[in-house]
Amino acid sequence: MSEGALLDRLAQAGPLHALLTPLDEVRSGVAAQATRPPAQGVLAGVPLVVKDNICTLEYTTSCGSRILEGYRSPFDATAIVRLKAAGAVIAGKSNCDEFAMGSSTEHSAYGRTNHPLDPARVPGGSSGGSAALVAARAVPAALGSETGGSVRQPAAFCGVVGIKPTYGRVSRYGLVAFGSSLDQIGVFGDTVTQAGRVLSVISGRDPFDSTCADRDPVVPPERPRDLKDVVIGIPGEYFPADLDRGVRRACERAMERLRALGATLRDVSLPHTKYAIPTYYIIAPAEASSNLARYDGVRYGPRFGDPVDVRALYRNTRGQGFGPEVRRRVLVGTYVLSSGYYEAYYGRAQRMRGLIAQDFDRVFGDGIDLLFTPATPTPAFRAGENMADPVAMYLADIFTVTANLAGLPAMTIPIGRVQGLPIGGQLIAPAFEEARMLGTALALEAVVTGTEEA
Amino acid sequence: MNAAGWETVIGLETHVQLLTRSKMFCGCSSAFGAPPNTNVCPVCLGLPGALPIVNGRAIRLAVRAALALGCRVHARSIFARKNYFYPDLPKGYQISQYEEPLATEGGLEFTSAERGAVRATIARLHVEEDAGKSLHDRVPRATAVDLNRSGVPLAEIVTGPDFRSPQEARAYLLALKEVLQYAEVSDCDMEKGSLRVDANVSVRRAGETALGTKTEVKNINSFAFVEKALTLERERQISVLESGGTIVQQTMLFDARANTVRPQRTKEESKDYRYFPEPDLPPLEVPETWLGEERTAIPELPAAKRERLATRYGIPAQDAGVLVQTPAVADYFEAVVAAGVEAKPAANWIMGEVLADAKQHDGALRVPPPALAQLIALVKGGTVSTQAGKRVFEVLAERGGEPRAVAESLGLVQVADAGALTSWVDQALASHPSEMDRYRAGETKLLAFFVGQVMKLSKGKADPKLVPEVLKQRLGG
Repeated sequence: MSEGALLDRLAQAGPLHALLTPLDEVRSGVAAQATRPPAQGVLAGVPLVVKDNICTLEYTTSCGSRILEGYRSPFDATAIVRLKAAGAVIAGKSNCDEFAMGSSTEHSAYGRTNHPLDPARVPGGSSGGSAALVAARAVPAALGSETGGSVRQPAAFCGVVGIKPTYGRVSRYGLVAFGSSLDQIGVFGDTVTQAGRVLSVISGRDPFDSTCADRDPVVPPERPRDLKDVVIGIPGEYFPADLDRGVRRACERAMERLRALGATLRDVSLPHTKYAIPTYYIIAPAEASSNLARYDGVRYGPRFGDPVDVRALYRNTRGQGFGPEVRRRVLVGTYVLSSGYYEAYYGRAQRMRGLIAQDFDRVFGDGIDLLFTPATPTPAFRAGENMADPVAMYLADIFTVTANLAGLPAMTIPIGRVQGLPIGGQLIAPAFEEARMLGTALALEAVVTGTEEA
Repeated sequence: MNAAGWETVIGLETHVQLLTRSKMFCGCSSAFGAPPNTNVCPVCLGLPGALPIVNGRAIRLAVRAALALGCRVHARSIFARKNYFYPDLPKGYQISQYEEPLATEGGLEFTSAERGAVRATIARLHVEEDAGKSLHDRVPRATAVDLNRSGVPLAEIVTGPDFRSPQEARAYLLALKEVLQYAEVSDCDMEKGSLRVDANVSVRRAGETALGTKTEVKNINSFAFVEKALTLERERQISVLESGGTIVQQTMLFDARANTVRPQRTKEESKDYRYFPEPDLPPLEVPETWLGEERTAIPELPAAKRERLATRYGIPAQDAGVLVQTPAVADYFEAVVAAGVEAKPAANWIMGEVLADAKQHDGALRVPPPALAQLIALVKGGTVSTQAGKRVFEVLAERGGEPRAVAESLGLVQVADAGALTSWVDQALASHPSEMDRYRAGETKLLAFFVGQVMKLSKGKADPKLVPEVLKQRLGG
């Protein structure tokens, strides 16, 4: 894509309020990257937008927060280094919920992002800006990040492909930490092939991240996988009685087509699924309360008020620099790690996390090749609908958090629309089986059209 | 203050800086004394997105320390975050170890004045990163922060409540310092902050077995202050209890200038560190090979060396204790003896002249062992007097050279020639006729006076063993 065409498309997508970087800064940022030797790589000339919580030398990295307003990282995240080496062009930073905490991109300090098909609705979140820009065809691919579904959920809402790799598949170096044991950089693409290609570039071992697995990059399949004799598990817990009827219809149609491709669909049970949301909302805030302690106004970022002493400096900066959802999670996280409560909350949540992971191990050890589920319980909801009720907002991640808790690779692909709103189908694979997952997604992509009504 | 009837119980938590070139979790230099905020990078500044990588060298040194202290080293241990807010703690947490430390169950023997040889238990040894430094006196009405020290590797060594006096605590610390210096784990320089100690102190009535309420004494920043600070706190506690009060569990800060301990303002204190396993680092696995390699890297430790020097060279245990204070001094002693002098005079010279000179010159042992051995032989053979020998030593230390030649060039070779001696003696007697008369009248203790006069006249060259004989001859004549 030429620079002019890129800027035109980003300008057209302007009303979405998905890109945080002003277009003149995109222009100079893209020009700065063009001074590098001519790109030869697999992503030569491909523009990507990057979620605002991934460090880039160009543009600010503000994590959708006032507390990092204007912050420029002195280094590129490992994923960005690799994208640039593969010839990709970083075309700006995309809007997100503050510090990736949210499911609607309404919790950004810089204003909400609109759903690309209905401005009254949310694009999902927290990586809503990236999802919206790919859905609007402004860029063919984008980076997001996941802690509990922040790539897959907005991808499903916006009708694009979204991948959350195995924990440890992609280096977290340069991803601003939220819940370190859950965080992974993820990929949005307009097609499975596009998303897989980006994943293959950014994945693989990294000496700068001790939790990054000592493995080669993902090798994405070129052709759809032959699903004959492949056993796909359908976990009953992901199809509750109150599941949105449109979501259920779209999933059932996708399942029929998988069956038509020769796959065997088998009902399975993941009995600890119901504990996933409470477990997640202990572990993630606990880690967040520690990870966000560094934003104290001492070394970088704005200071608020005119503090008389260091405690006032902390109180003013953190009180005014963080939005309400971040403050809520920091408080919850601080509480659950407190002496006397640690065992009752964090300790038990960690054990439950182990049981949730065991559920998956058991079905994958029992002849199940991968799992198919809905990505979200509903299509994109209206802006403001869940803002007054944090728990209702948290439930938007009910089908996605399990893969984060278990560290498994998972992705969503568009499987149709209901009343014009996209629905995503989710594939969950055993750890490090991204290639298997992508091959299956290619097969499914070939037989469902994301835009057809279900 | 009367401490009679009270028993003091002390446990120590010692932090030592590990002798690595780079920091615990990044490649920045860990050197002391660089201009503020120059040895820093995204990791030790705690910038958004940065992640820690464990410095294997630091782990090896900590393993070596643990082995030298007889600890059980765990093949698998866990890093944990210790959360608290302070401007010199860039991440808002310190990466440390908590529930599963690197090593446990060790011990270290030290000598107690009251109890003799005592083995302090080492409850645990773990690795962690240091914080930066807050400088409250650099900028008026503001605190300056230097993050060069942020991320420097430390080992924390925790004892049981095993010390019964401030003196014992100090003796243990000196023993610990010796071991860690020997093993080249840390330079243990308290002035540079590479060894820091916090003490848990409580008192109880003699004969009681339950521990009293403890306080933690911090800010003891020199070996000289260890006894002082702990004695102050012990006396404070006894005084509180004797006047019917109770001890509040709190942190006490030692103030060397005011010579007091005062409670830390509770505002400065963080009671709940909200420890949890560090999700950015996998469990720390210590390879079996490292244990073997670090065990062989431990040299003969001070206790063993002390015993060997005492038995092999027949020197007093106390001398051996002084000589093993650093491996370099002990090696020096053995080299001097190997060059052919007796052990006791060698020990005396080293404990006297050599260590005094070393103290003035940053620990340098400036006179080579063979030269010292020759000098000791010259003194023993009577060629130079002990006094003159010290002068020769100074010159050897400053300018080097061969001891006999130096002694000759300084005119310090003793004169045993009867003619020369007689002439100095006659001069001395002639100058003091009244003293001569008193001597002859029976006041024989004046002999020493005349010896002194002769030595003075000879400028120290007269052989002091011969002078009295010649004097007696002349006076008796």
